[in-house]
Amino acid sequence: MNEKLFLITKEPLNIEEITKKVVRVEAGAITTFTGTVREFTKGKRTLYLEYDAYIPMAEKKLAQIGEEISEKWPDAKTAISHRIGRLEISEIAVVIAVSTPHRKDAYEANEYAIERIKQIVPIWKKEHWEDGELWIGDQLETKSYPKGRPDKEDIQ
Amino acid sequence: MITVLFFAHLQDQVGKDKIELEAGTITVAELKLKLMNDFNFSSLDQVMFAINEEYAENDDLIKQGDTVALIPPVSGG
Repeated sequence: MNEKLFLITKEPLNIEEITKKVVRVEAGAITTFTGTVREFTKGKRTLYLEYDAYIPMAEKKLAQIGEEISEKWPDAKTAISHRIGRLEISEIAVVIAVSTPHRKDAYEANEYAIERIKQIVPIWKKEHWEDGELWIGDQLETKSYPKGRPDKEDIQ
Repeated sequence: MITVLFFAHLQDQVGKDKIELEAGTITVAELKLKLMNDFNFSSLDQVMFAINEEYAENDDLIKQGDTVALIPPVSGG
């Protein structure tokens, strides 16, 4: 088991292991978000996904998200692991665990984390379909940046 | 020497994950122009640049020994 709170790994993710990283006596709530590989996106069948990352920067940016959460919800503790490499349908791509004294903060902080991952963490997924493959991010399959890039305040 | 890293579709387009460049101190904007010429990218408007693992602006300076990464719109999660 890897003890790092913010981790990019090629290994399958274990929800319980990641959740345990944020267990502490001050917490009254732990929310765990699990992102899985979806078979159909807008009617198109995905065979499998491939994730790549700029690993050292991605781990730094995950840690930054943890710091942002600690600023917004001072009693929160966060752990995030994201898997890279080839992932089959229904396999786990990301696990976010947040513990707080009270449940409302744990839910809010957890949602904040996944939204920020989609903005600032250098991870890319490649969709493999029956009739082709494509790196997602610059295409219509996903939201593009309105200004062509994240807002300045989003990345600092 | 400046190391430039490519990811996702840019890596496919360039055919490798990194290159080394001999260059003096240059700005991100200048490097962007050079890469567009060298690799025929149609546009890098959507691509973020990072210097030593931190997002950079067009007028930020790249120095000898720095690692620059081209970061297309991300799609993690």
